Amino acid sequence: MEELKEVGHMPRIGEPALAFEAVTTHGVLKLEDFKGSWLILFSHPADFTPVCTTEFIAFAEIYPELQKRGVELLGLSVDSVSSHIAWVRNVEEKTKARIPFPIIADLNKEVSLAYGMIHPGQSKTETVRCVFIIDPNQIIRTILYYPLTTGRNMDEILRIIDALQTTDKHAVATPANWRSGDPVVVPPPNTQEMAEERLKQGYECIDWYLCKKKL
Amino acid sequence: MACINADGKPTESGIKMLRALQSGLRLPEEIAREAGLPLFRVRSGLRELTQAGLANQKGEKYELSPKGVELLGAGST
Repeated sequence: MEELKEVGHMPRIGEPALAFEAVTTHGVLKLEDFKGSWLILFSHPADFTPVCTTEFIAFAEIYPELQKRGVELLGLSVDSVSSHIAWVRNVEEKTKARIPFPIIADLNKEVSLAYGMIHPGQSKTETVRCVFIIDPNQIIRTILYYPLTTGRNMDEILRIIDALQTTDKHAVATPANWRSGDPVVVPPPNTQEMAEERLKQGYECIDWYLCKKKL
Repeated sequence: MACINADGKPTESGIKMLRALQSGLRLPEEIAREAGLPLFRVRSGLRELTQAGLANQKGEKYELSPKGVELLGAGST
């Protein structure tokens, strides 16, 4: 039972993101403050650590691209606000990067446990590298977990945002290794009649169930 | 708090939000545009300004309280 308490709730794609109110480097923020925007909630193991520092610089680098897509960033670790502020100031001073997004100081692990960010097999005291992509209606749309030793891939995070926003806008799916501008997958037909019609609609089809189109 | 300093006075971003309220009732989205701040910061900041008695909420909109008007007036002299 103790182990279960330490792991916390495991969120799922398609579920409403759990509400929280947390102390951050930008003041006390609630999840609902981000309503209407896409949100990337991400955790890192600890301030003043090498891989996390490279990730923060990388998140800062893609921040303008995220803003173009209506996406806000919100970091989290179990360090204090003072530690976050000192680390951000250090990163900005040493690397010239600017960290424009807030970071949750989850000292009591309230948010970490609610979002299943602590994986005791990796660390009982630190959060692993989680990414929760939450849509403007505050539904969890993507969950990524990375181990402590592997820094995240920012291209993939941007690619997922593009894919989700394309899906929402055009009611399509996106194939493996899809990039913005590539053909998209037309949803499979639900009836035999629709399957036969599908092949006459001018799509690029492998067969009736796998058709692509340019947007 | 992000919008109110330890001495009870608004921070720079707090002042920006209060100034955006000078022209009357405003939605958080309108304040964010006028103040040039992210919407999440404005929503959080308005909670603090309201708790500090500098702004009042009316439905989904906000306006300066008499204390907020007085503070901005004192700041401009």
